[in-house]
Amino acid sequence: MTGRSSSERSDRPGRVRAARARPAGWLAAVPLLVFYGIVFGGPAIMIVAGAFTKEGRPSVDNMVESLQGGYLTALLGSVRLSAVVAVAGAVLGTFLAQAVVTSRSRLLRESVLTASGVLANFGGVPLAFLWIATLGNAGVVTTTFGLSDLGWSLYNFWGLALVYLYFSVPLMVLVMAPALDGLKPQWREAAQNSGASTWQFWRFVGIPVLAPSLLGGVVLLFGGAFAAYATAAAMVGATVPLVTLQIGDALSGNVLIGHENVALALSLDMILVAGLVMAVYLPLQRRSARWLR
Amino acid sequence: MAALTPAPAVLTDSASAPAPARPGRPRRVRVWRGIVLLIAALYFLVPLGAAFVFTVNIPNVGFTLDAYTQIFTVDGFVSSLALSLGLAVATIVLVLVLLLPAMLAVRLSAPRLKPVLEVLCTIPLVVPPISFTAGIYMLLPWAQDVLAPTPFYQTVLAIQNQNFPVVLVLAYVVLALPFAYRSLDSAFTAIDVRTLVEAARNCGASWPRVMLTVIVPNIRSGLAGAAFLTLALVLGEYTVARLLGYLPFPVWIVMISGSQAQVSVAVSVFSLLLTWALLLAVSSAGVRKRSAS
Repeated sequence: MTGRSSSERSDRPGRVRAARARPAGWLAAVPLLVFYGIVFGGPAIMIVAGAFTKEGRPSVDNMVESLQGGYLTALLGSVRLSAVVAVAGAVLGTFLAQAVVTSRSRLLRESVLTASGVLANFGGVPLAFLWIATLGNAGVVTTTFGLSDLGWSLYNFWGLALVYLYFSVPLMVLVMAPALDGLKPQWREAAQNSGASTWQFWRFVGIPVLAPSLLGGVVLLFGGAFAAYATAAAMVGATVPLVTLQIGDALSGNVLIGHENVALALSLDMILVAGLVMAVYLPLQRRSARWLR
Repeated sequence: MAALTPAPAVLTDSASAPAPARPGRPRRVRVWRGIVLLIAALYFLVPLGAAFVFTVNIPNVGFTLDAYTQIFTVDGFVSSLALSLGLAVATIVLVLVLLLPAMLAVRLSAPRLKPVLEVLCTIPLVVPPISFTAGIYMLLPWAQDVLAPTPFYQTVLAIQNQNFPVVLVLAYVVLALPFAYRSLDSAFTAIDVRTLVEAARNCGASWPRVMLTVIVPNIRSGLAGAAFLTLALVLGEYTVARLLGYLPFPVWIVMISGSQAQVSVAVSVFSLLLTWALLLAVSSAGVRKRSAS
């Protein structure tokens, strides 16, 4: 059976086969491209078109409005929160990754990395409820230690940052663990033999080699915190000004009708901010790949 | 393949020989690592423990498992979880059906499309889900207006069916593309696709047969990773569903949290454990495959 068909195939002139194979191969990508064009391209066009339309006429009013007053406060609030989470998460995540990578316990290493894989994907609503049950007004830790009397509240900027770190730190561990593994012990020995102190080793070898991964991690963390909506919506409602909450409010009709286009303008602002930050990430990732193989 | 697997005995021996005892580390390093790990353990485990205590310990009543037994009887639990699972399965199938042929095509016959595919599968990471949702939110009524005189009108209505909103599947496919692409890409890189496909084709296998019996078994770990990430994404997705007005699992949790705080926290803990179990299953499958080859 197989012998017959393979001889049939080899009898065919190669030219015909090549001519037949090429369009067929190309066509296999068409469903994805068409799907992408409609499902992603459609909304993308609506965002841009809507952001630059007011009352049916082309206008930049929406964009201007989205950068004023409460909207600007929300946008800056989001940027500030994301920056705090990104930097704090990067520092803490790197320390944790270093502690795990240098540990001799294989079990510790495996379990921390697996747990990081789960927690890095653990965002959204359950995360908010986990923390509300812990440190919210009726939370277990809050009531046990009487934190309310000390003026503690989870429902503010710093509370949100604390909660966002719960998925940011594990993500940073996942980014940094391979990078720290790539830091070869030989480099350290060479530095020590040349009389370098620990500080000098990190200053002139460690940090420069890790820098691309570090910055890449910061960018990922920033993006994750910037785009997060579910956690904030379930936790603080509208008490912390965030751009995602503003867009959500505008779309669910909590504000005046006719403000949908401002929501689109805010969406475009978000895409621009996230795009700028991501644009930093891609070249960095390529650079770090050079050292870490 | 099998002929390649047994490693020379000498090599295995030297690899498993005990490493020379390392010089004792300075006490300072050990203390430092202990502190980092202790803080991390507190930060990540206390909320889990506290959330559990919150669900089983009602003030002035004491220990009870009511919150967990109530989960299944609360109105909407079964239907919202079933909807989420249905959406997840549909999303996984659609992602793989769209992505697999396209990725195969760029490897076999259209290598120039590869950067295009890579960029397309990275862009959804840059666009925050809420911005994407805002675009869909505006696109749907517009499409209804424009397509009203055409047969496509029924399609637009059908994808917004409350019982099974196909529009969510479409949106989730876009959100899952980056993760599925990465996972599959690393699996494809590990095998020699061209040789495998040509060998199978020369033996007379049809394209569907090549896919199912040659490609799929070889990229099993990548498929499992893609499926898991998509599943986790869909089961936890709140933003798109909430703003488009549907009621899958995460939206339902928030809805009941007002009246039944303990049940909503219990469900959150339950969903974390579910994700954890899934990830462990996927990663252990990957490990088994690696140790077998």
